Amino acid sequence: MAGPETTRKEPGQAAAPPGADGGQDPAGLGAGLDALEAVPVRRAPLTEVLIRSVLPPIVAIALVLAVWQGLVWAKVTDDYKLPSPARVWAALRDLWLRGELLDIVWTSVSRGLFGFLVALAIGTPLGLVVARVRFVRAAVRPILSGLQSLPSVAWVPPTLIWMGLNDRMMYTVILLGAVPSIANGLVAGIDQVPPLFLRAGRTLGARGLRGAWHILLPAALPGYVAGLKQGWAFAWRSLMAAEIIASSPDLGLGLGQYLENQRNNSDMAGVLLGIFLILFVGIAIELLVFAPVERWVLRSRGLQERAR
Amino acid sequence: MSPALTTAKNAPTGRGPARAVPAVRIGRVHKVFGRPGAPGQAVLDDITLDVRPGEFVCLLGASGCGKSTLLNLIAGLDRPTAGEIDVPGGRPALMFQEHALFPWLTAGRNVELALRLRKVPRARRRPEAERLLELVRLGGAHGRRVHELSGGMRQRVAMARALAQASDVLLMDEPFAALDAITRDVLHGELTRIWRETGVSVVFVTHNVREAVRLAQRVVLLSSRPGRVIREWTVDLPQPRRAEDPAVADLSREITEELRGEIRRHGRT
Repeated sequence: MAGPETTRKEPGQAAAPPGADGGQDPAGLGAGLDALEAVPVRRAPLTEVLIRSVLPPIVAIALVLAVWQGLVWAKVTDDYKLPSPARVWAALRDLWLRGELLDIVWTSVSRGLFGFLVALAIGTPLGLVVARVRFVRAAVRPILSGLQSLPSVAWVPPTLIWMGLNDRMMYTVILLGAVPSIANGLVAGIDQVPPLFLRAGRTLGARGLRGAWHILLPAALPGYVAGLKQGWAFAWRSLMAAEIIASSPDLGLGLGQYLENQRNNSDMAGVLLGIFLILFVGIAIELLVFAPVERWVLRSRGLQERAR
Repeated sequence: MSPALTTAKNAPTGRGPARAVPAVRIGRVHKVFGRPGAPGQAVLDDITLDVRPGEFVCLLGASGCGKSTLLNLIAGLDRPTAGEIDVPGGRPALMFQEHALFPWLTAGRNVELALRLRKVPRARRRPEAERLLELVRLGGAHGRRVHELSGGMRQRVAMARALAQASDVLLMDEPFAALDAITRDVLHGELTRIWRETGVSVVFVTHNVREAVRLAQRVVLLSSRPGRVIREWTVDLPQPRRAEDPAVADLSREITEELRGEIRRHGRT
């Protein structure tokens, strides 16, 4: 109860002297409380961001390169099994000078992104229905979860038989990999919506579709974005599996095919370059697309601190 | 016209011409949880209660008295097992113990969402939200994120959002229970002021006797398991009151004794 000695978070700065009247000057007392409790929001300066989040990965990469070069110098294995970083770099330069690098990367990235967008368009309504319709949920949810643990490379042989060796087969494999992730993410996001929000929404008059649009979907957004991120990872992995296994000159040359071709040529530097490029694209999309979206979603809700 | 948009003064209770239609009418309400085949324990037993327009009623009771259940029934979030609940003015506004503000919206947007769901035209939402935030002394907080606000400020935004529903009835489910004493004291003053300025009927649920006596025109004591109306007090003290006022303290003591007796009764069985 209204004990006079209640202290706030900082005991040294009591909001008002004990006995100071809440009844006589509620506005002044309230303003004091607000000022004491308001959380100051600080933006980290650019240099601090650079030092905190850009420097560490650079150091890590430099370290990996140093260890790699050390192993080459120490001649731990044959030259054709472990080429030096310089030879991989030369392979990259060679690919660039022949004008093929961007084509190869773009062939795979455009396939991956287009497949992902289609997966998004299918996975989102599917997730909504699974989350909200009890019968569908009971029927489909276990299958969706199961599909997530099925390595998408397993879909390559059947889709090859169904579709033949073409782009449709690539997209089918992407969809089979990404749709369950996206749908599952949305279902998990909806399941984690605090019931209080739904009750508050209902008292405000948000029911049915309006409730879904104004309350349910925005509340489920963090889980949904996590699902999208995972969906992209699955789409990219599935595509690479498909490209490596189903390589054919008829299909445009993508990263997976490049990797497989270099293996056939016993060009280890090219194989390593292929792996690095696949890794690089995956990380770049994650950093450029998903990380900012996720950060924005979490920060605007106070779920993540600004500077660590 | 909605009371939140006017500045009607509260007619002294029991007088005035508007005696006929209560703001909330609760008639012989029973509530039993559980399925029809396997009924559980009764939560509410034969509750009858009318709330006059513009009246401030506190429902007081220990744990298990079904206070929150009763509010949910009035709010239309649940249905009584038997009996009738009538809110002639339409869907009441409801405030929770947790602020229940939507974290993906700013403070002002939370208020505007309530306006939007009430189909207020877009052009009028922003100024109306500003006005309501002003009313709870949060003018200028429109663009603030919920997580940047203190507990007391959040409850005031929640109050503004509830008032944005322009309902005749404001239901409050222990809205200040999670706040510290000084903040709660300030918000008691603010709530009294806003209630008097808007003329809204308030049904305020609490287990805090002094809070009830400080705020209410009428205190209704409920028993626990099942909830029944045991006794009512009319609080005929002028507002604004202070918890330290001797008359408030005396009545609080009297009601506390009665509440303690009710709680002891459960220890004996």
